[in-house]
Amino acid sequence: MMRKLIFGLVFAILPAIGLAAGVAVPLDPMEPDHTNKESLQRGAALFTNYCMGCHSMEYARYKRVSDDLEVPAQLFEENLIFTGAKIGELMKNSMNKDMAADWFGAPPPDLTLETRVRGESWVYSYLRGFYKDETRPLGVNNAVFDLVGMPHVMVDLQGLCAVKPNIGVDASVEPLSGNINNGDVCPEYAIEGSMSGAEFDQAMWDLTNFMSYMGDPVKVERERLGIFVLIFVVIFFIFAYLLNREYWKDVH
Amino acid sequence: MQKLLNWVDERLPVVDAWNKHLAKYYAPKNFNMWYFFGSLAMLVLVNQLVTGIWLTMSYNPSAEGAFASVEYIMRDVEWGWLLRYLHSTGASAFFVVVYLHMFRGLMYGSYQKPRELIWIFGMLIYLVLMAEAFMGYLLPWGQMSYWGAQVIVNLFGAIPVIGEDLSLWIRGDYLISGITLNRFFALHVVALPIVLLGLVVLHILALHEVGSNNPDGIEIKKNKDENGIPKDGIPFHPYYTVHDLLGVAVFFFIFFIVVFFFPEMGGLFLEKPNFEPANNLKTPAHIAPVWYFTPFYAMLRAVTVDLFGLDAKFWGVVVMGAAIAILFVLPWLDRSPVRSIRYKGWLSKIALAIFAVSFIILGYLGIVPATEGRTTAAQILTALYFLYFILMPFYTRMEKTKPVPERVTG
Repeated sequence: MMRKLIFGLVFAILPAIGLAAGVAVPLDPMEPDHTNKESLQRGAALFTNYCMGCHSMEYARYKRVSDDLEVPAQLFEENLIFTGAKIGELMKNSMNKDMAADWFGAPPPDLTLETRVRGESWVYSYLRGFYKDETRPLGVNNAVFDLVGMPHVMVDLQGLCAVKPNIGVDASVEPLSGNINNGDVCPEYAIEGSMSGAEFDQAMWDLTNFMSYMGDPVKVERERLGIFVLIFVVIFFIFAYLLNREYWKDVH
Repeated sequence: MQKLLNWVDERLPVVDAWNKHLAKYYAPKNFNMWYFFGSLAMLVLVNQLVTGIWLTMSYNPSAEGAFASVEYIMRDVEWGWLLRYLHSTGASAFFVVVYLHMFRGLMYGSYQKPRELIWIFGMLIYLVLMAEAFMGYLLPWGQMSYWGAQVIVNLFGAIPVIGEDLSLWIRGDYLISGITLNRFFALHVVALPIVLLGLVVLHILALHEVGSNNPDGIEIKKNKDENGIPKDGIPFHPYYTVHDLLGVAVFFFIFFIVVFFFPEMGGLFLEKPNFEPANNLKTPAHIAPVWYFTPFYAMLRAVTVDLFGLDAKFWGVVVMGAAIAILFVLPWLDRSPVRSIRYKGWLSKIALAIFAVSFIILGYLGIVPATEGRTTAAQILTALYFLYFILMPFYTRMEKTKPVPERVTG
């Protein structure tokens, strides 16, 4: 019992240490665009298909996603809900957290707010950062998150990179061969995937964009309203200024 | 309508109160933009109260439900996101306007006789505000809420003999837990707001008893016309009510830019780790309080030597406490014959500038992780902070002041 507890503790702390050490890890920049509905829809499809087996988004509801992304409710229920949940329910999954902790060292975290904790660039880089590493229990490691406990879920899409991918490295032309570096984050694959490097980048951009939207679903509406509120304040200022001038004009 | 007013006025002095505090409260007519921040503090207070009341309607003060209920407010409650961002941005805005309000007081000597009590009530407001903000910050139950509270409450543990028991008593548990959350919630939404409102009333009553200071630091009551009205005074209402509307508009413009476009303010107003639920097994890599506490946090960390067999941490707490306590005696440290910085000598001007810059840099140092160089810088700046006060009785008496005009200069 005690040993299990200590093991659990060590595993719970390990990712934190990884993060602390990983602060300086270079990242590929990712600027989300919550107005790009097609991208968000593709991201939602990827998330529900590849991520939700283990990761929940338990603070959000399917219905909200279906409304915001303009996916008809019936279509959404038929194709994007795999747990039998009703569309008004929270986006939970059925993975048992204690068992998951045994399997992966720590239970897969809820991802509703992941982009707000780590930032979009981190998530985008992380998703493309897996590579083959036989010394790890699951056979993979991650360029952004060293000693990661998560398997490479999208190996059928990306394939498995044989070496550490070039994350956060600007594209450059190799002087001798003339090859373009970093057209693809992975220079050499151990397993080929169904997508090209560029396709996978686009897919992960969509997925990150979707996660970013989930972290802050009201952003587009908030910024739209903000413009009107500021316009109102400016008009209010003009009247307040005139009123003030009228009252103070005789004060010397 | 007039009859109704008369009926009430015979039973409650509403006309009298209206005149005393607004229509016939004569304020100096030379207020500048530094005088906006008092009324803006009131505005933010009202914002905090109103949004706070609505937030409590959907918030769940339990360790199991707090974090999820905040996200519920952000996602499922109609306009919940707006209420929450108004409240979280309002907390930071409160400190912005209060710090500027206090700086105004320092510049124009508004704490000097006969306004000592106004200053002291103001300081008490500041103290309660800090407690209010600290307890409110625990409520979202995120990682930084949790570990920030853990660090601050543990500070009490540094006090010899009673320290450990004291922090245990504050937490109500051996570590920050749902019990702590519940009591902080009670204090945040009931006890401290009542105290805060009471102090604001006292602050304003004391102000209206002696009258407002002004940028020239002269007593307008010394120069009255035949009707007994100060020649340099002007009725607060309508002149300053319409004037303050300008300040409100400018303030709202900036405030709403933050609320609608940068509610996290790059992690300053809402810290990134706070989007992760509290986890007592996982300490964040870097724990920093919210920006408005960081000058004092930097002072706490600046103390690195053990003294008289007591831990450096204890002396850090002492320094932090002293940094706030010394502000209370400010009215008796300033021995200058003049109030306003306009007529004080260059020593006072330099001292105030150094003080303000030190405070701001300390604020920055409290946000970033400590390094050796930064700790040295924090030590020097902490010394400068205290020297502003300790040397004040000397430099305010020594320096040559300028003659103060009879009437306000506009």
